[in-house]
Amino acid sequence: MNELPKINTLAPQACRVPYAVFTEKNYYEREQEMLFRGASWSFVGLDAELPKAGDYKTTFVGDTPVIAVRDQDGAINVMQNRCAHRGALVCRELRGNAPDLQCVYHQWAYDLKGNLTGLPFRRGIQGKGGMPSDFKLENHGLRKLRVETIRGLIFASFSDKVEGLREYLGPMVCETIERILCRPIEVLGDQRQYVHGNWKLYAENTRDPYHASLLHLFHTTFGLYRSSQQGGIKTDDQHRHSMLYAMKGTSNEANDKAIYEGVRAFNTDFKLQDPSLLAGRPEFDDPISLVILAVFPNLVLQQIANTLAVRQIVPYGPDAFELVWTQFGYADDDAQMRAIRLKQANLIGPAGVISMEDGEAVEIVQRAITNDQDKTSYIAMGGGKAEDAEHLVTEGSIIGFWEHYQSLMGLDTNWKMGI
Amino acid sequence: MHLEDRSITEMQYLVEALQASYVECIDDDRLEEWPEHFIDACVYKILPRENADRGLPLATIFCDSKGMLADRIVSLRNANIYAVHYYRHMLSNVRIKSIINGVITVQSNYLVLQTKQDGSTAIFSAGKYLDKIVDVGGALKFMEKIVVADTYRVDTLIVRPV
Repeated sequence: MNELPKINTLAPQACRVPYAVFTEKNYYEREQEMLFRGASWSFVGLDAELPKAGDYKTTFVGDTPVIAVRDQDGAINVMQNRCAHRGALVCRELRGNAPDLQCVYHQWAYDLKGNLTGLPFRRGIQGKGGMPSDFKLENHGLRKLRVETIRGLIFASFSDKVEGLREYLGPMVCETIERILCRPIEVLGDQRQYVHGNWKLYAENTRDPYHASLLHLFHTTFGLYRSSQQGGIKTDDQHRHSMLYAMKGTSNEANDKAIYEGVRAFNTDFKLQDPSLLAGRPEFDDPISLVILAVFPNLVLQQIANTLAVRQIVPYGPDAFELVWTQFGYADDDAQMRAIRLKQANLIGPAGVISMEDGEAVEIVQRAITNDQDKTSYIAMGGGKAEDAEHLVTEGSIIGFWEHYQSLMGLDTNWKMGI
Repeated sequence: MHLEDRSITEMQYLVEALQASYVECIDDDRLEEWPEHFIDACVYKILPRENADRGLPLATIFCDSKGMLADRIVSLRNANIYAVHYYRHMLSNVRIKSIINGVITVQSNYLVLQTKQDGSTAIFSAGKYLDKIVDVGGALKFMEKIVVADTYRVDTLIVRPV
């Protein structure tokens, strides 16, 4: 662990991240311990996915399998998905409903809080066998995680040291969540996107207003997002969470033509035969039409036009992760609004005419950084410091992510790197 | 000649010919012909099995007009950024379920193999087509094609229709 190269976030005017963080197994393993099982809260699901007592889903915190379940008393419990007996998965399906959690291997049974309530042959059969006389059920429960929810977003943590969820998120993130999760939601469905790259490349991408109007032609050409719009990027007091926001229609078309001269993504020849793809209705009291909220470490909450979704990042080793997209609307949406959301879903997800490209962007980095573990990136757009901005021409929030990463991982800031 | 006047073997042949033409134009990268396999007021959806099984409506791709199909192709050609790749469809089990009031309901199995720029080929998507086909001036066309993808974990991205 002493040999991990350091991230230099205090280098004058730039942050330089060694590519080793994206490729080396020792970083990945340390992240599982220090980050995902450390002082952080991981998003595990939506209240709306688990409406009835006994409803459960299986998911991951980092790459550790966990179960999230609605208890009889209405609470959500999250526990590690590993039988206390000999380590089997207790819940083997993506989703289900059960009065208790039974491991198929030897039928050890747990209640919905994860307490072991019984097992076959505990007292032996006809005087033979059985568990030792000092065996106590209460010593063999499933490992329980801390659980807190905010407006129907369920978070869990292995750490008993991390501050409470609302404090962890901070006021800006809480307000952003409360703006979008302003009333009960209805899940429209899930999509899974498996990307061959390191999960932190996606964390960077979602804190990056610089790329958004240059890579994503749909954003720029149709004015859904341009870096010339009114907007900005806000972070919490430790710069670990990031909220990128923009307002459609707040830039001048003629100016934009000049600003985006020569940029592929501003394409006045590109017209839709059927523009109903982009038809929508404003649904918030403010003019913000795009919000990308990245919550450290594994959640993105987004509003893009009328698409509302959460994206859960699940890492599978240093060079792969899955995005689990859950798109939702409000329970009181009328039929027209629901139809708008389902059609605008073409903008996001793994086939999203906007979002698909982030998959390619991550992969072209992962493929190019082979064997350059001591070389670094160069992050300086907007001034090279982890700071908020009231504009969209910055990479400052990416630097914030790396500062917090460095601190959680216990990496020293004072190491100097050459190019 | 009405559908009702044709024999079942003739119908099977015509349906398979439509399906074959459909996958061939995609695999051969003649994507501008893809929308021509549909009527104007058509529906095309790629629906992950994970949503289909739960009765949830969210589709990975959803088009409800021939214009939207054409827009997807223009977007693929001019807008979207993705790695070079080729598709190869394998079709099987093309079965006519019913012919009622001029609508032929068909279910088929599909497999799409994807070849990447390094030349390696892998299974990209497996699933079934749930099609409704009608006769338009003597030619069969899709009124509705629902691609129920067993492979609900998408490898990187989908830009090319299935």
